[in-house]
Amino acid sequence: MGPINIGERACSTDVIVIGAGHSGLAISRFLTRRSIDHLVLERGEVGNAWRRDRWDSLRLLTPNWMCRLPGYAYEGDDPDGYMGKDEVAGLVSAYADWIGAPVRTGTTVQSVSACGDGYRVSTDQGAWKCRAVVIASGAFNKASVPALASAVPGPIHQVTSLDYKNPGQLPEGGVLVVGASATGLQLAGEIHDSGRPVTLAVGEHVRMPRNYRGRDIQWWMLVTGKLDECVGDMEDIDRLRRLPSPQLVGTPEQSTLDLNALAERGVRLAGRLAGVRGSRAQFSGSLRNVCALADLKMNRLLASFDDWAERTGYASAVDPRQRYAPTRTDTSPVLDMDLGGGEIRSIVWATGYRPDYRWLDLPILDRKGQIRHDGGVVDMPGVFVLGLPFLRRRKSSFIHGAEDDARDISRAVHLHLNRAASMRAMRIAV
Amino acid sequence: METQPNTIDNGVNVEALLGAREALKQAPEAARFAWRAASEWVRGTHSRSTIDGFFGLGEEQRHRQAYSFDSDHPEIFAAEDQGPAPVEYLLVGLAGCLTAGIASVAQNRGVQLRSVRATLEAGMDIQGILGIDGDVRNGFDSVRVHYEIDADASDEDIAAIVAQSQKRSAVFDVLTNPTDVMVTVA
Repeated sequence: MGPINIGERACSTDVIVIGAGHSGLAISRFLTRRSIDHLVLERGEVGNAWRRDRWDSLRLLTPNWMCRLPGYAYEGDDPDGYMGKDEVAGLVSAYADWIGAPVRTGTTVQSVSACGDGYRVSTDQGAWKCRAVVIASGAFNKASVPALASAVPGPIHQVTSLDYKNPGQLPEGGVLVVGASATGLQLAGEIHDSGRPVTLAVGEHVRMPRNYRGRDIQWWMLVTGKLDECVGDMEDIDRLRRLPSPQLVGTPEQSTLDLNALAERGVRLAGRLAGVRGSRAQFSGSLRNVCALADLKMNRLLASFDDWAERTGYASAVDPRQRYAPTRTDTSPVLDMDLGGGEIRSIVWATGYRPDYRWLDLPILDRKGQIRHDGGVVDMPGVFVLGLPFLRRRKSSFIHGAEDDARDISRAVHLHLNRAASMRAMRIAV
Repeated sequence: METQPNTIDNGVNVEALLGAREALKQAPEAARFAWRAASEWVRGTHSRSTIDGFFGLGEEQRHRQAYSFDSDHPEIFAAEDQGPAPVEYLLVGLAGCLTAGIASVAQNRGVQLRSVRATLEAGMDIQGILGIDGDVRNGFDSVRVHYEIDADASDEDIAAIVAQSQKRSAVFDVLTNPTDVMVTVA
């Protein structure tokens, strides 16, 4: 099908869902069950980002038994394992087939604009008019790289965690990995193991053991209700939405990946990358403090799990209480490093992601380029968003978190369509 | 530039400083100094810090007298303004350090100073310390120092003195380069 010219016949549907990832498919399932006519537009294949925009060794941070989508539970033979990126893509594709989702693959949205009392969604495969739009294009479309990257001397090879696939992409020699989220730690580990000595720049981070008292840490997060915590109950939701992913990795050994483990393997820790002056990288002198903060917060979290186990009588069903060694920081942390001396040959920016809304012609972005919303309901009638960190609940960006959010938002979509329909009926009656 | 120690006097004993430099080359361990301050909370955001002893030249040293400094926040922060804000003390430190350096370097280069005036301004977006925007840093986003110097020297020589002062300034270094800071609680 060739592109349809603007202003010419655009097809109509009630709802356009943008993005056929787990969130877009989850709401498609609920819209179908409400008999709401809709279409899911996907720029690539179903689960595109999982297939193309992730590094080779990536595994989910949640165990398989947790990875359910609405009506669809994990039934494989490794419930305690962690899916690789292709398995996640496979799960999402299988789900799309199973629910018979009305997906248009290979359809890139080029603009979404207001049109009458609805919206016009233009794509490279034609245009649609609709009465509601659900944005489920994800929060990880672009790598977020600090401005100081432009001051890095030219000969240094730079790659973001979105372009990074495996250590073989990097030149031989030392690597500076910037960022201490799950991504930063995982990449630092595998790059160091490839024989390229790694320095890891560490800012604020979230430390967690993989297993606690014999159970996966995510089991604790789930059973204690942490993952179900709602936006309305939280103070400082902006901070929670910006929180880096916890330092976890999904390996068959269920090993804990923290800064101590990396330091034991020979990774050198430095503070947050604070600046580049001439050919020298400068690291903040706050390394001790960010590590102390993460240790304190982890211990507070574990203590809350211990309390829960006592209260609920679970204490005897799990292993005894554990505590972990404080993060060891050097007596004299690295503050400054020459990027011109050949010691560092490449930099991997694991400094987070941000969404890409260049196609969005609606006045719904805040000054930081994020969609303004209240639990996924945008302050423009008929526009909704799904699948962002802590959208409605702590679990909103988890695979299994899509279900409750998508159910809630499908109800809001339904209400909007009914309201819009009765408004139209009133106008006709007048 | 030729040194003319006999004709000019900025009040800096350059001979003593140069002598100390030579002496410390022979005994570098004596060059390790430790600067100290003690602070006590008064109330609200008001604290009082005192400066008295320090360590250097291999032994405990004392200032001629103890000095006391009140720090607080201005009234627009709903505080009592019992003293400058802590960040303003950083500007005091920077001005004091750079100007001391200018006097010393000028003396060493035989330049007579008649007046040295500095104005300092540091920019800060308080969205950082208030936790409004995680992308905004807590501290200064810039520091601007402007000197007006009246001296027996060309503009170029004066600029060179100011540049050399920055190059050898402890406070300039602390503000421009990262420092390992460890805070403990008893």
